[in-house]
Amino acid sequence: MSARALSRWPQMLGMAVLLGLVAFAIFGPLANLFLWAFAEKWYFPNKIPQEFGFSFWARVFSPRGNALGSLGTSIWIAVLTVALSLLVAVPAGYALARLKLRWRGLILLAFLLPQAVPNLPVYVNIARVFYEIGLNGTILGVVLVHASHGLVLAVWIASAAFASVDPSLEEAARNMGASPWTCFRTVTLPLAAPGLIASAIFVFLESLDEFTGTYFVGVPDVTTLPLLMFNASMGGNYQIASITALLLLIPSIAFMLVVERFLKADVLAGVGR
Amino acid sequence: MTDAKTATASWRAYALVAPALAVIVAFFVLPLMLSAVLAFRARDGGFTFEHFAKAWDLYQTDLAFTIGIVLLSTVLIGVVAIAIAGYLTLGENPRAVAILRWLYRWPLFIPFIVTGQIMRTFLAKNGMLNHVLIGSGLIEPLSAQSLLDWRGIVVAFVWKQAPFVTLLVAGAMASLEPQHIEAARNLGARRLRVLFDIVLPQVRGTLLVGLVLSFVTMLSVLSVPMMINPNSPTMITVDVAYRISTLSDYAVANALCLMSLIVAATGAWFYLRHAASERSQA
Repeated sequence: MSARALSRWPQMLGMAVLLGLVAFAIFGPLANLFLWAFAEKWYFPNKIPQEFGFSFWARVFSPRGNALGSLGTSIWIAVLTVALSLLVAVPAGYALARLKLRWRGLILLAFLLPQAVPNLPVYVNIARVFYEIGLNGTILGVVLVHASHGLVLAVWIASAAFASVDPSLEEAARNMGASPWTCFRTVTLPLAAPGLIASAIFVFLESLDEFTGTYFVGVPDVTTLPLLMFNASMGGNYQIASITALLLLIPSIAFMLVVERFLKADVLAGVGR
Repeated sequence: MTDAKTATASWRAYALVAPALAVIVAFFVLPLMLSAVLAFRARDGGFTFEHFAKAWDLYQTDLAFTIGIVLLSTVLIGVVAIAIAGYLTLGENPRAVAILRWLYRWPLFIPFIVTGQIMRTFLAKNGMLNHVLIGSGLIEPLSAQSLLDWRGIVVAFVWKQAPFVTLLVAGAMASLEPQHIEAARNLGARRLRVLFDIVLPQVRGTLLVGLVLSFVTMLSVLSVPMMINPNSPTMITVDVAYRISTLSDYAVANALCLMSLIVAATGAWFYLRHAASERSQA
């Protein structure tokens, strides 16, 4: 080993320790959750559970455990939220990217509102209004609340995705006699699809994880997975809460690992332009 | 293009945007305005400051507690984001950079409510943090304490939001001109000086956007304070939920909501003022 490499050892060791600390800060809490999800018995002052097992998993997934029902409700709400958001965000994104709009900046800013303003006042009062018109505790009510928040990402990403499509390709299609609709359907839409899929995933995840809005608007009949987790946790049942939390983690982490495949740098750079 | 043609084209553009705008207005803007109305409406329909006075009387400690927690979290998120993004940009050991890049993002899409549950077990008196600290001899078993108070909320917020700001800042740093950084390093500047004198000033805008967005988001998180520190003093969001679920007191709840809106607006104003001064310098 050369003298230079030898002199670098303390630095390398320091780096390894620092990276170890970061790893612990990230994975320590996750590992703790994992242990709780598989703990049969875990009393103070034991460092790890006295008994591991799956009996709480059986309880969560039993017909009376509510978890499968809540999971179904959560996914159904998320699918409807994505459908509604894309239905209105795709035309809006296309118009913002391609057509002349006088108040374009102002309109883009309006779609940013739900991200830039604390949401609590909105949820509180929308719950009050929904209660009066009978939308409280309904799937539709929850979907409307989720969609109004999801639209931020949907519109901004859709607009960036359409903007990144090369206009000369559309012109070529139009010159060969394609109608505007055919051109949009066969050229623009397929080219913008990766960005639109990314925005759909974002909206889906946001809806799946949403808690505060559902807490106010969904009561008493709509129990999504986050609400089930919250109730289990507040009731002191850490195993059930941890298992439900793990179920919620799977899509979040899967998306974190693949996000860059869908959101290409050129689309990301166009967000907010 | 004739005027008539332009007119139909823009008419079509507005028609395409209208449905999305309608959703935002109906389910976001109008409820927000309703909040302002209800906070000032007396029982007889007149104008009053009574609800504000009551909210201030009952919850001024919690308001200070909320602002303190969110400000401290924002500062810590900024420090963590600068440190990680800075190393990702300027680090010399490619393997360490790759490991850090893989590590830091895990909490990125983990929801607040799951973060709350994770930290509730991790930071408890018999949680893993204390076991590791005791096991490594850093603290005595008897001095182990629960961190499930304001500290727990701050840890949960930083753990969840720092990766988001890091992602933004690291992206901005990656798009800087590499020649600038190399030139400075060739002149013999130390890495920390390069970070603070050359890299940071160019990504300050992105950093501020990330921090302001985090600040506003943390202000209206209900699940984390409710799970980690539900007892007084606690965050305003918990008080709002209590006023509504237990007392059906929309007036005081809305007064509290408006107070947190004012705090958020102060944060946004701070950012806009900075952005304006930046533009006038450029």
